Amino acid sequence: MTVTLDDTAAPTQAPRRTRKTDWGKWFTWGVLAWLFAPITFMIAFSFNDIQGRHNVTWEGFTFKWYGGVFDHAELTQALLYTLAIGVLTMLIAGTIGSLLGLALGRHRFRGQGTTNLVMFAAICAPEVVLGAALLSLFLLVGIATGFMAILLAHVMFTVSFVAITVRARVITLDPNLEEAARDLGAGPWTTFRLVTLPMLLPAIMAGGLLAFALSIDDYIITSFVAGEVTTFPLWIWGATRVGIPPQVNVMGTLIFAVGVTLAVINVIVAKRRRS
Amino acid sequence: MRRKLTPYLLALPGWAWLAMFFVVPIAGMVSLSLTSGNVITGFYQTFNVGNYLDAITLYSEQLVRSLLYGLGATLICIVIGYPAAYWIAFHGGKHKSTYLLLILLPFFVSFVLRTISWKFTLSDNGVVLGTLKSIGLLPADFAVLNTAPAVVLGLAYNFLPFMVLPIYAVLERMDHRVVEAAHDLYASKLQAFLRVVLPISLPGVFAGGLMTFIPTTADYVNASVLGGPGNTMIGSIVQTQYLVNNDYPIAAAITFVLMGVLLIGIFSYARALGTERVMEVQAK
Repeated sequence: MTVTLDDTAAPTQAPRRTRKTDWGKWFTWGVLAWLFAPITFMIAFSFNDIQGRHNVTWEGFTFKWYGGVFDHAELTQALLYTLAIGVLTMLIAGTIGSLLGLALGRHRFRGQGTTNLVMFAAICAPEVVLGAALLSLFLLVGIATGFMAILLAHVMFTVSFVAITVRARVITLDPNLEEAARDLGAGPWTTFRLVTLPMLLPAIMAGGLLAFALSIDDYIITSFVAGEVTTFPLWIWGATRVGIPPQVNVMGTLIFAVGVTLAVINVIVAKRRRS
Repeated sequence: MRRKLTPYLLALPGWAWLAMFFVVPIAGMVSLSLTSGNVITGFYQTFNVGNYLDAITLYSEQLVRSLLYGLGATLICIVIGYPAAYWIAFHGGKHKSTYLLLILLPFFVSFVLRTISWKFTLSDNGVVLGTLKSIGLLPADFAVLNTAPAVVLGLAYNFLPFMVLPIYAVLERMDHRVVEAAHDLYASKLQAFLRVVLPISLPGVFAGGLMTFIPTTADYVNASVLGGPGNTMIGSIVQTQYLVNNDYPIAAAITFVLMGVLLIGIFSYARALGTERVMEVQAK
């Protein structure tokens, strides 16, 4: 599964215009409405002026939770852990995953099939299995759970996603361009820096963002290896029984807004590159 | 010589990471699943196959339930995801990438938070049910939460994009002129779909099925949040045994039983779809 957002040019022709109801369109918009229903709820209830602990019924409109978004020290700490792990995962998995994707897409080498198989298995394996296996290893070897353990786990489960995203792009690159660079006297490093890397950059960035998104979202694997550390999803999980403070909705809304902005920029940049 | 080494050097860090934190841990879990003992006395390797028997006999109810829920969620994802992917690929026009982006955007809200949002949206006296009850459209004791359909729909909701994307990828790549060719040969719309489009898109359905069936069967977040105590799934048992009871041998054994069940499910699914090109699809 590749999650790049640029649509490859396909031989499509304009659909025939009909005056009938476009059921397909209605259906698709219905599906989208379903997908966005709980998110709409989350955003709306970030403005809910609740008095007690439970943010379930509408009690009036307020901006106060946005002003006091960092009032829960523990929640803020959890969010900081999540963001720190997300950024580190993006950098580490982005780097080693891109290198792996480059090797798989460009070269033929022994162990390639095995590598593909292991990546496939790592992507397909259920999270509870990955979490349980990692915790088993940490118990057997005596590695402490906590921040480092979460980082190791997150890089492990995101690196394959980065690798296949980059590999998909490497395969479509025109080798003639690199050859032309060499003909013009560029060494292998210069060719890579000035020709290959700029062409791969959108895929590397997409892979890195995917790693970041998967990392900050993760609950199941993290819950196995987190030990005493509480990340944002873990904190929310723990707070369900006593009532989720509206600050959680605010943070969710802000993260969503940042994600949407980044995705839109990504699409615009990809469009501009093509034209 | 240098050129020959290049791919190995490029692949080494990623490969080493996967080997150390994915392959080795699975092997470690095999070893752990065969030990005896408890957390106080320590665990000793006794090749205790009894752990697996315990795992199957004690938790068969949760295993079967997980399989059924996973299967139900996958079917719902196919029924909902296929038409949506089809419409975007064939009629999305120049807005295709925008539609795909919209399908993916919910991922920017944490999985746990989305599920909990459903819980609040559908709570017994919340904004939806409370309103419907107060205007008398629903009986006062009507509930969505803590039921099996709530869990299955929650699972389908959370994993739908994993079904839409692979189907879309296949439909988008196919040469749309083959549909015209079918019409030229006097195939009706339905015939053209059943005999041309559907067979071409089966690898996408298969890939999407894998990407939804595996995580939904093993998931326990939806079951815990939306299902209540009566709908426990097997993943929850694994987590409780590891983190609360610290009974690692049985927990590891349950994990492998779950993996075995999933593999059986995948192979029968491959049989049903007649797809022998499992790896080929994924390699693309």
